[in-house]
Amino acid sequence: MDLYEYQGRDLFERHGLPVLAGGVATTPEEARAIAERLGGRVVVKAQVKVGGRGKAGGVKLAEGAEETVARATDILGMDIKGHTVHKVMITVTADVAEEYYFSYLLDRANRTFLCIASVAGGMDIEQVAAETPEKVVKAPIDANTGVDEATAREIVTAAGFPAEVADQVVEVAVGLWKAFVAEDATLVEVNPLAKTGEGKLLLLDAKVTLDENAAFRHPDHEALVDQAAVDPLEQAAKEKDLNYVKLDGEVGIIGNGAGLVMSTLDVVAYAGERHGGVKPANFLDIGGGASAAVMANGLEIVLSDPSVRSVFVNVFGGITACDEVANGIVQALALLEQRGEKVTKPLVVRLDGNNAEAGRAILDGANNPLVQRVDTMDGAAERAAELAAAGV
Amino acid sequence: MAIWLTKDSKVIVQGMTGSEGSKHTRRMLAAGTNVVGGVNPRKAGTTVDFGGTELPVFANVADAMKETGADVTVIFVPPQFTKGAVIEAIDAAIPLAVVITEGVPVHDTAAFWAYNVAQGERTRIIGPNCPGIASPGASNAGIIPADITGTGRIGLVSKSGTLTYQMMYELRDIGFSTCVGIGGDPIIGTTHIDALAAFEADPETDAIVMIGEIGGDAEERAAEFIKANVTKPVVGYIAGFTAPPGKTMGHAGAIISGSAGTADAKKAALEAVGVKVGKTPTETAKLMREIMSAG
Repeated sequence: MDLYEYQGRDLFERHGLPVLAGGVATTPEEARAIAERLGGRVVVKAQVKVGGRGKAGGVKLAEGAEETVARATDILGMDIKGHTVHKVMITVTADVAEEYYFSYLLDRANRTFLCIASVAGGMDIEQVAAETPEKVVKAPIDANTGVDEATAREIVTAAGFPAEVADQVVEVAVGLWKAFVAEDATLVEVNPLAKTGEGKLLLLDAKVTLDENAAFRHPDHEALVDQAAVDPLEQAAKEKDLNYVKLDGEVGIIGNGAGLVMSTLDVVAYAGERHGGVKPANFLDIGGGASAAVMANGLEIVLSDPSVRSVFVNVFGGITACDEVANGIVQALALLEQRGEKVTKPLVVRLDGNNAEAGRAILDGANNPLVQRVDTMDGAAERAAELAAAGV
Repeated sequence: MAIWLTKDSKVIVQGMTGSEGSKHTRRMLAAGTNVVGGVNPRKAGTTVDFGGTELPVFANVADAMKETGADVTVIFVPPQFTKGAVIEAIDAAIPLAVVITEGVPVHDTAAFWAYNVAQGERTRIIGPNCPGIASPGASNAGIIPADITGTGRIGLVSKSGTLTYQMMYELRDIGFSTCVGIGGDPIIGTTHIDALAAFEADPETDAIVMIGEIGGDAEERAAEFIKANVTKPVVGYIAGFTAPPGKTMGHAGAIISGSAGTADAKKAALEAVGVKVGKTPTETAKLMREIMSAG
């Protein structure tokens, strides 16, 4: 889960790291209250999970409460690269003398964590690394020994931080590592890490990603989810423990196993190229079990998407045999009828693997006019795309 | 002979008394796996009956190894206990630990992996969030369905469970030496490269199917490895060409971050080193079929 900047700022503050005083507002009136509390000159920053907001006019200076209200009014509701601004963060201003870069992140390739530090901050670090690689230090971090003062000092020395801020950077490096571990983050990025005119270090931006697998030990993380930004179908699916991602197409997809479902999306998209450009409408993995109840929940979610015109149920019977899956589909359709939901969109079902013959026989026996059986994945994708194109 | 798991492998199950653990212990036994016991400190000294096979429960992995000669452990414990279970397996220096559990925090995986490296990598770790490893006709450690394929000379390594099964089934008449599901998490113990190296060295494997998916750059690195080290034919498949950036597609590791981790980049990297990449699983199976029949 990616956090908003203000959530990252709050998180840093909770872990005792030096950040600017500030608050978050969803209305101009809330912005006024924060400006009055902070006093003097403030920065009003659009809260969106996308880069380039400064250029888009989403970051403005304001002097006093009235100007803050005016700037917040301008920025709230603004569209930045397709993201509507619902919140602004307001902080006091800083007198920035120098800008550095500091981050901890997951290093998949080396199966560990990585620290990236640079004295060239305030700009895109990938660009700095490409143009002046000597200015970027990448230090692998042992997950068990972590970052103590000695490790931090090695990084600070290697990155060439000026002597007058070295001790402060060491302190930030150790504190930031503690926050990274304590919060089960997979990314904490500070860009810029700024030195003020008085020589004080400040974390001026916060990019934080939290590991959703660690939610069980962070009950407080649930409150960080931006409910307004969650797709209602994704929310409904989550409540039913289904792994669903809304996409922009017309062919509803249900499958078992993340890899098989990803593959199904691809195969449907290829087939769609031959059928009016129809595309997959969603990712939905109902898992290895694929029981009738789970299948019914999955169908309910997919069919409630108004852009869906046909549904492709792609199941490989591995752990669960196909006859059980076929019974699941038949019962799921009956269950939906009982729930008062009239199913009108065609279903293309492909069953393969364990007991495939028995499963297919069950589908044929049920003789539901909405259900079409196609026995290969590629063939079924073709048929589902064709039906979606015809259902325009 | 196969890789890492043979008919001589003696398997224990950590979490054998739990619902998933007991269900799959039963399935592994049915597949002919030599399961010799389980681990649960609260039930040590008892036995569990699996349809006529009485399996002893031990307090820890080290005791189980001492009493049974086990050399493989399959781990089914819940995510909050997985790190502890794997560290226990590493401490006992068991040669192979297969971590089935899905939803392990990545800080925990990073920690047990770093611990394993510090101990000199005496334990091969497969997973987490993986279906396990199967050498058809010999042994099966994990949740891969045993009866969908036959014994043969293709090696299979895959990030995805059901795509593994799909491929095993499509090529069931030709058959496999070993199928390894390495898992879809951002940090995993055994990588594509580890499996490619083992298949290259295995005299009973003639060709390799490699299945990847969006996220990270493991497939790109595997391509470099193939170029330098693999002489056997390799056929590839990548899932997630149409996945949108920034969205996690089921597997915790299956996410395109910015422009990194796309299926197109992975396909291009593999094709650049001479790996044929199928557009669909069926087409990929067909490519392998052509290689095996050309013999």
